[in-house]
Order: sequence, then C-alpha cells, then structure tokens
Amino acid sequence: MSSIVSVQNLRKTFEGGFEALKGVNLEIEEGEILALLGPNGAGKTTLISTICGITLGTSGSITVGGHDVVTGYRAARSLIGLVPQEINLEPFETVMNSVRFSRGLFGKPRNDAYLEDVLKKLSLHDKKDARIRTLSGGMKRRVLIAKALSHEPRVLFLDEPTAGVDVELRKDMWDVVAALKADGVTIILTTHYIEEAEAIADRVGVINKGEILLVQDKAALMAQLGKKELHVELTAPVDAIPTSLSKYELAMGPGGRSLVYSYDTKGERTGITTLLNDLSKAGLKLADMETRQSSLEDIFVGLVKETA
Amino acid sequence: MNWTAVASIYRFEMARFFRTITQSFVSPVLSTSLYFVVFGTAIGSRIEQVEGISYGAFIVPGLIMLSVMTQATSNASFGIYFPKFIGTIYELLSAPINFLEIVIGYVGAAATKALFIGVIILVTAFFFVDLTIAHPIAMLAFLVLTCVSFALLGFIIGIWAGNFEQLQLIPLLVITPLVFLGGSFYSITMLPPIWQTITLFNPVVYLISGFRWSFFGASDVPVGLSLLAIAGFTLACMAFIWWIFKTGWRIRQ
Ligand SMILES: Nc1ncnc2c1ncn2[C@@H]1O[C@H](COP(=O)(O)OP(=O)(O)O)[C@@H](O)[C@H]1O
Ligand SMILES: [Mg+2]
Repeated sequence: MSSIVSVQNLRKTFEGGFEALKGVNLEIEEGEILALLGPNGAGKTTLISTICGITLGTSGSITVGGHDVVTGYRAARSLIGLVPQEINLEPFETVMNSVRFSRGLFGKPRNDAYLEDVLKKLSLHDKKDARIRTLSGGMKRRVLIAKALSHEPRVLFLDEPTAGVDVELRKDMWDVVAALKADGVTIILTTHYIEEAEAIADRVGVINKGEILLVQDKAALMAQLGKKELHVELTAPVDAIPTSLSKYELAMGPGGRSLVYSYDTKGERTGITTLLNDLSKAGLKLADMETRQSSLEDIFVGLVKETA
Repeated sequence: MNWTAVASIYRFEMARFFRTITQSFVSPVLSTSLYFVVFGTAIGSRIEQVEGISYGAFIVPGLIMLSVMTQATSNASFGIYFPKFIGTIYELLSAPINFLEIVIGYVGAAATKALFIGVIILVTAFFFVDLTIAHPIAMLAFLVLTCVSFALLGFIIGIWAGNFEQLQLIPLLVITPLVFLGGSFYSITMLPPIWQTITLFNPVVYLISGFRWSFFGASDVPVGLSLLAIAGFTLACMAFIWWIFKTGWRIRQ
C-alpha cells in the first residue's frame, strides 16, 4: 500500500513562539483508518490544520495524493474533507444550502442527487430544509460531516468527532466511519478516547507535546505491549517473595497481600500452571486470583509518562 | 481559476441579501424619502437652485453615493467578518481556492447589493424630483466603480476587524463624515475659499463631483480628476488586498 498523506519533519511555531509541532513524520496509507491519540494540547488539531491548509507549517513538507499542500494546494485540497473540532456552521442557512455551498467551494458541479444521498446516509435527509440553528448538537456534527463529504473527498479528517457526544451517537458515528472505509475513503480521526481508537482504527498514532511517539498497527500494538498480568491474592501477607519463586520475577502487591506475575499471552507457554504449583509448594495459600490485560489506556499512559 | 467556487460564494452571499430583502430595500428607500422630504422640500424651498438645478435634484447624486458607499463597505466587511466570527472561515481556507477567488466572490456580492440599492434610490428619486441624466454611461461607470472600490475597502476592514465594534468603527468615523462633508448636500463653491481648499483633501469630493457631473454636466472639480481619484482609490485597495494575500495577515497563522 502507498501513502496517500505524507508528513515529513513538520514543525510549527506559533507567533508567540510556542512550538506546537516538533518535527512530525507521518505516513498515512490509502484506505486505512488511522486514529491519532493524544491528550488535549498535544498538537492534533494543529497537525490537521496544517495538512488542510488552515495554518502554515514553519518547516517541513506535506503531500496529499503526491501533491505538495503549499505549491500544489488545489490538487491536494481537492482530495481532502475536513470535519473540524468546533461546530462552526452558518446558523441561518438550511442544511442543503450549506452542503451545496461546500461542494461548490471545491469546484464540483452541482449534484443534488449525490448530496441527498450523503444526507440520507447520515440520517439527515429529513432535516435538509431545516435551518441549522434549529438542529441538536449531534445533528450539527453530522452536518459538518455532510459538508466534508459533499465534494467526494478521498481523505477525510475527523477532529474529535465524538467529543461531547452521547454514547448512542458515538456508535452511529463509528458506523458512518466504517461505511466510508468500505467506500475506500482514507480516514484520520483524532480522539482522546482510547476506546474509540481501539474500536475503529486500523492503526493508532500516539501524539504528545507536538511529537508522534509511535504509529503502529492496532493489533500489533496490543500484542506487543498488551502483556497480561496475573494477580494472586494471598490469605496471609508475606514479608518477601520466597527465593524458590525467583525465576517468575514476581512483583509484590501492597502490604505483601498479593503477588503479580506478568506473562505474554502470545508466548508458547504462559507458565501459569507451574507457577501455581510452585506457589503451593512454597506454602502460600491463595485467597483469589484475577488476570488483567493492559489496555491501550495503559500503553498510552505509559508512553506519555516516559516522555514527560 | 475556480469559477464554480467564486459563483458559490457569490450566490451564498446574495442569498443572505435576498433573505433579508425587506430590510435590505425598505430601509434605504425610507431614509432616502426622508432626505427628500427634509432637505428637498423643507430646506430646498428656501435654497431654490444650486448651479441652475433645483435643490431637490441637486442632492440626488450625493444621496445615492452616501448609501452606496456605506452599503458597499458594510456589506463586504460583514460578509468576510461573519465567517471569521462564527468560525466557518475554516472552509474557505481548506478549499482548493485562492485569495483572489475569495475576494471576487465576496466583493462582487457586496458591490452588487450596493448597486441594487443605488438603483432603487435613483428610482425613488424620480418620484420626488424632475431628473435627467446627462451622461448615463458615465453615471453607471461611476456607480459601479464606487460600489467595487468601497466593497474592496469593506473587505479589508472585515479582514482587519477583531470584533463588531471595530467593524463599525471606520464606516462610522471615517466614511460617513467624509461623505457628509464631501458635497453631498451642497456645492463646494458655496463654501468660503479656505474651506474649499481643505475640502479638496477629501477624496469623496471627487467621487460625488464626478457622479454629479454625469447627471447635470456640471462639476466642482474636473471629471478627469474624479476618475483618477476613484481609479487611484480602487488600485490602493487592490494593492492592500494583494499584500494581505501575500502575508496571510489576520487570516492564516
Ligand atoms: N493560534 C495559536 N497560537 C498559539 N498557540 C496555539 C495556537 N493554536 C494552538 N496553540 C497551542 O498549540 C498546542 C496544540 O494545540 P492543538 O493542536 O489544538 O492540540 P489538540 O488538538 O491536540 O488538543 C496547544 O498548547 C495550544 O495551546
Ligand atoms: Mg484539538
């Protein structure tokens, strides 16, 4: 697969001297869903804005579909649909007029049949003649998506599409994204909800303080960093881990009331059976046990801590 | 050129105008009628004639200019300021269009609206006074040029303005006084000599004088000078807009 968006060594310093992007490199493959995960202020919106032409990069280069976003802005931007983080809409316009305007801005000939189809897919069709200010927040978010799709983009940027949106609508939004992917649209979405990245992304990029910490296949990321832990609760606390158990590299829980064993779910053998045997040989009695898988959340928190 | 985009912006802006059609038309018609009643009838009955023209007819070009300049400026400044204010400017910045296309769309729409209003006032005037237009083509040219140049000025103000107060500031503090002191309601030959000289520094004098010449064939300053003034003003606005385009001033960070 080839990159449809390529960001090379992108830096962005704002007027006040704040460096929001510190040499970002990112290759986005055609047809994938990439989730950019990062806390508030990480630089997600700045990165998207610079790719889309809303802000100018200080140095580095960006291409979309092989076109430089500065020198070949017409060709590059024609490929891009942008759903901004903020709900920025003309309150007094009707949905259909607003969507038509967006299509026109991109130089596409009028095609109401296509636009009505987009509205139908977003469950907005019955609102097409409604004024935007009369719509609910979730509906407005859909109008933004309809506007971004109005000119048939190849790449869609969704900047925190589900921030402040209720669970129901969030699931709907994920369905919309899945349908777009099926149509071959490349989707980049930013989020600070890990479950969102986990639920719909093919690849996950983690960004913090203007730097991309990693970009990885979601499944590989989970497998590589997704170690499991076995928590063993003891009936009586221990002062130290018995030396006979040293090969298991156990960690001691608070007050010596529990022992924690880390193992790789993908390993040939987990070593759990022998551990349990050795535990009873060492005279330890088990009160309870539980296994935990580290989620993207743990991975994320770990990564962000490392670079803090 | 992405003409589809230009047409989109133009149509979108005109739709806003026609949506508020009553407001857009009734208020200039009403205020013009009031001017005719107050200036033309009440005061005009004492002034009788200016340069051989009835006072009522004499003020028509000035009245049209007054409305056209303020309308062109405020329409264009609001047109581009509003997307900045509500945030929809993101769409203009991320679309495959250049600044020139944005300017043509917004300035074109604002100029068209101002032209509409100018024509409406002219039509209204015919109901109040006897009016002949000596040079109709020149009249139209002056009118269109004024609409375009002040729409350009308004566009600059809209890009510059950071809030609604600033948006109103220049029209209120600069344009309205200059128009009132620019010979809308009097011939500058009626002023004392020293004021005649001072007045010549007011650019609006040249516009109104030239426009009045196209009606009555008589003017305060030579017509050529009037044309030069408005051409110079238009070019200055265009140059400034070009600079905005080059630097991204107040638009792109
Ligand atoms: N116009 C601006 N001027 C100065 N700093 C800015 C501007 N826009 C964003 N920033 C700063 O850049 C950083 C990244 O912001 P942003 O890209 O919006 O983060 P995110 O979208 O990941 O929450 C933040 O610290 C923010 O304060
Ligand atoms: Mg953001």
